[in-house]
Amino acid sequence: MDNQKYITIDGIKLPIENERNVLELVRKADIEMPTFCYHSELSVYGACRLCVADIEGMGIQTTCSTPPRDGMIVSTNTAEVRQIRKVNLELLLANHDISCPTCARSNNCKLQDLTRRLGITKSRFKKTDKVHPVDRKSRSIIHDPNKCVLCGDCVRVCKEIQTVGAIDFVQRGSNTTVGPAYGKSLADVECVYCGQCVRACPVGALTPRPETEEVWKAIHDKTKTVVVQVAPAVRVAIGEEFGLEPGTVSTGQMVAAMKRIGFDQIYDTSFAADLTVIEEATEFITRKLKGEKLPQFTSCCPAWVKFTEQYYPELLGNLSTCKSPQQMFGSLAKEILPAILKIRKEDLVVVSVMPCTAKKFEAKRDEFYKDEMADVDHVLSTEGLSKMIAEMGIQFAKLAPESFDLPLGFKTGAGVLFGNSGGVSEAVLRFAYEKLTGETLSKVDFKMVRGKEGIRIADLELGKVKLKLAVVHSLANARQICEEIKIGNSEYDLIEVMACPGGCVNGGAQPVSFDPDYLEKRTKGIYSCDKQLQLHKSQENPYVKEVYQQVLGEVGGHKAHELLHTHFTGRQRIKNQTINIRNTQHPKIEVCVCVGTNCYNKGAHKILKKMMKYVSENKLEDRVGFEGHEDMVDVKATFCFECCERGPVVRINNKIIEHADYAKAKEVLDQEIFVYGELMEK
Amino acid sequence: MENTLLDEVFIEANVKTRQFEKVIEIVEKYKFQKSRLITILQEVQEEYRYLPQEVLTFLATALDMPVAEIYGVATFYAHFSLEAKGKYVIKVCNGTACHVKGSMKLVNALFKKLKLNENKHTTDDMMFTLETVSCLGACGLAPVMVVNESIYGQVGDKKVNEIIDSIIEAEGGAK
Repeated sequence: MDNQKYITIDGIKLPIENERNVLELVRKADIEMPTFCYHSELSVYGACRLCVADIEGMGIQTTCSTPPRDGMIVSTNTAEVRQIRKVNLELLLANHDISCPTCARSNNCKLQDLTRRLGITKSRFKKTDKVHPVDRKSRSIIHDPNKCVLCGDCVRVCKEIQTVGAIDFVQRGSNTTVGPAYGKSLADVECVYCGQCVRACPVGALTPRPETEEVWKAIHDKTKTVVVQVAPAVRVAIGEEFGLEPGTVSTGQMVAAMKRIGFDQIYDTSFAADLTVIEEATEFITRKLKGEKLPQFTSCCPAWVKFTEQYYPELLGNLSTCKSPQQMFGSLAKEILPAILKIRKEDLVVVSVMPCTAKKFEAKRDEFYKDEMADVDHVLSTEGLSKMIAEMGIQFAKLAPESFDLPLGFKTGAGVLFGNSGGVSEAVLRFAYEKLTGETLSKVDFKMVRGKEGIRIADLELGKVKLKLAVVHSLANARQICEEIKIGNSEYDLIEVMACPGGCVNGGAQPVSFDPDYLEKRTKGIYSCDKQLQLHKSQENPYVKEVYQQVLGEVGGHKAHELLHTHFTGRQRIKNQTINIRNTQHPKIEVCVCVGTNCYNKGAHKILKKMMKYVSENKLEDRVGFEGHEDMVDVKATFCFECCERGPVVRINNKIIEHADYAKAKEVLDQEIFVYGELMEK
Repeated sequence: MENTLLDEVFIEANVKTRQFEKVIEIVEKYKFQKSRLITILQEVQEEYRYLPQEVLTFLATALDMPVAEIYGVATFYAHFSLEAKGKYVIKVCNGTACHVKGSMKLVNALFKKLKLNENKHTTDDMMFTLETVSCLGACGLAPVMVVNESIYGQVGDKKVNEIIDSIIEAEGGAK
C-alpha cells in the first residue's frame, strides 16, 4: 500500500516529505516564492503576506504558515494571487523611505529585488510623514527605523537564536516600530552586537556602522603608517560583493586590492590566531592537569564575552583569559611594529577588517587601550572594505593575487580555521595533541568537531588525558550549556563558543547573501584555505616562534600575559536605573539592594523586602534624623554594581556587602546607625 | 504645624515602600510565570496608576525576560500607561453616538478648563488626566464621560465645569 502523500503545485505533483509548510514544497518545485519574514531557522511569523497562494478549498493563504496535506492543490500564480502580492508589496513600499541611492544595502536589498521582480514601477499609496530618529550611538550597528518593513526577522533572530531579546515590536498598528525598550539606543541595552539582526534584515534598517571615512583619513594622512589585519572569514566572503561565488577564496585579490587602496602593510589576523592557540591551549592544559577552573570557555568571540558578562558573571572565571586574535594582534603590533617599521608609535594606525559587528565594540573596550591609545584604531566590516574597493573602482576579480607582508602576515592553517565554528577547537587540539602525547601529529584533521549541529560533543584521549569537548554556536545553545554547568551537569573540559550560527563566516558584518547555500560554501572555503597552506599547526609557525623568542619570552609568561591576556567583569544589562522606593531627598544612610538578574536569582528581593520592613517597622527613617525628618534611612533597589559573581550585593553608604543576606545587611545598617548616632551626640 | 509638609514627604515615602512591596508580592503570587505577564502588569498598574520604567525593568529581571518584550506588551495595549496619571482619570467617550452628540466639544471644554492639549494629557498638579476612549457602551446617555468610577451622561459645557469644580473643591480648593 502506498502511504506516500502528494501535493500539487502549479500542476506539478510532488511527494510530501517532512516539509513543515507549503512554502518549503513550493521552493522544492523550483519556484522562488517571495518572502521577507520566512527563515527556515526561525519561527513562522506570517507578517509580510507575500508568500500567498490559492489553495483549493482554502482560498488565499500564506504558504509559510500552512502545513501541507495530502491532495492539496496549490496555485501560486493566479490573477488574484498576483494582484494581492503586488498590493502587499506596494503597501510595504509606502512604509519605507525609498532612499535607495544613499542606502548601505542598495546593492543587495530584498525589497528592491522583489519590487523589480514583481514589476512594480510606482507605489500608489501616499507616504507616511512620520520620520523616526536614526540610532547611530552604538559602536557596532546603525538602526534606521525609517527603512524597516516590520518583517520581524531581527526580533526573532535576537530572541530565538541568541536569546538576548534586545529589540522587540513597540506600539501597534500604524505606529508599530522595532527597537529597544523606552526608545533607548542599542548602545545602552543588553545588545551583544553579534549583528545577526543585520544579517537577517532584508533591507537597510540595520547595518554595520561604517568606519571607512576614518580609515580613508588615516590613509590620506602622510604622517601615518597604516597597517591592516584581515580576519580569516573575510577572505571567503568578500568576493561575493564582486560577483564571485560565496566561499571563493580570494585572499590574493583582497591583499592586492588593499595595497592599491594604500595600506602600508597588510597582515593576517590568523597570525594572531596562531598565538591565541598556543596561549589558550597552554592555559587549558595547565587548568586540565591541575583540575582548576574547568570547563574552559574560549574567549575569542566578543559577543559571547559580553553575553557572559551580562548573564553568567559567575562563569567569567571559566573564560580563557586570552584576548581575541584581533586584540592580540593590536597590542602586539603597537609593541613591536614601531621598531620594525622605524616609525613613532603615535604614527602607527592599526586597522582591522572583520566579519563581525561586535569586533567594532570590542576594539573600543577600556581594557584595550594603553596610554590612552587604542590597540586597534579602526575596525572595518567585510562589506566596508568592499565599499572602499568599489569606491576606488578596482576590478577585484581581475586583480593578480598578492601576498601578505611579513612577519605578522604569516600564518598556519590552524589560524585560518578560526573563521569556522569548531575551528578554534580543532586548532587547539592540533597543539594539545603534540603537547600531551609527545608525538608528532600527522593527520591534522579533527573531523569530530566539524559540522552543523548547534552543540557538538567530542570525547577523545590524548596520551593519558581524557578530554570532553563541546563546540557551540549561537547564543541560545551557549545559554543551554551554561545552564547545564550551573546545575552541575557538565563534564566538559573545553567549550568553544561562537555567537553566530556557523561561526565568524556568518558574522554580522559579512556581505548579506541570498544564496541558500552560502554558509556551507563559506565554511568549505575556510577548510580549503587550511588545506592550501603548507603548515597546519600553530606551533610550527616560524614567525610565532620568533615573536616568543624576541618579545614575549615564555608561553603564558609575564610579557605574554601583559600583551595577550585580559580580564572580564560583570556588566550591567541596562544602564543607570535605580528604583527610589522611598525617594528621600538627603538620606544620611542609604541602603541599596542590587536587584540585577544575578542578585535577584540569589534572593536579593527577599533581602530588599526584609530591609524595607525593618526600616519602616522600627521607624529608622527618623530615629537617625535626630534633628528633623530630612535625615533618614533610605532604601533603594538598584540594578547591578557589576560584581555579580559575588552577589547578592547590598551597599550601605560606602560599605559593600558581598554574598549578602538579611542578617549581614541588618548588622551593617545597625552599625552605621550607631556610628551616626555617636556623631550626632558629639 | 510646621511638620505638616515633612509629614507629607514621610507619608509619600511610606506609600512608595508599600507599593514596591506589593510589586514583589504580585510576582510571587503569580510564581514568576512569564505567561501571567499581562495580569501582573494590570495589577502593578493598579498600584501605581501607571507602569514606571524602573518597575518594568525590575519585572523583566523577576520574570527572566527581556525588557524590550515587556515594553512591547505594555505599549501594545491601550489599557497600559507608561506615563504617570493624575488622581482623577477622565475618560470621554468618542464612539459614534457620543461623537455625533458633540463629544469633541466636551473634550475641548476640558482642554480649556484643565489647561491641557492634544499632547499634554495630565495636569501639572497630577490631579487630572484626560483620555478619549471608543464607546463605553452607554450610547443612550451620549455624550458620556467617566471620572474614575463615576459615570456622567449627557454632559454639556455647563455640567462639565460643575463636575470638575466639585472635584477641585473636594480636594481642597483651586490651587
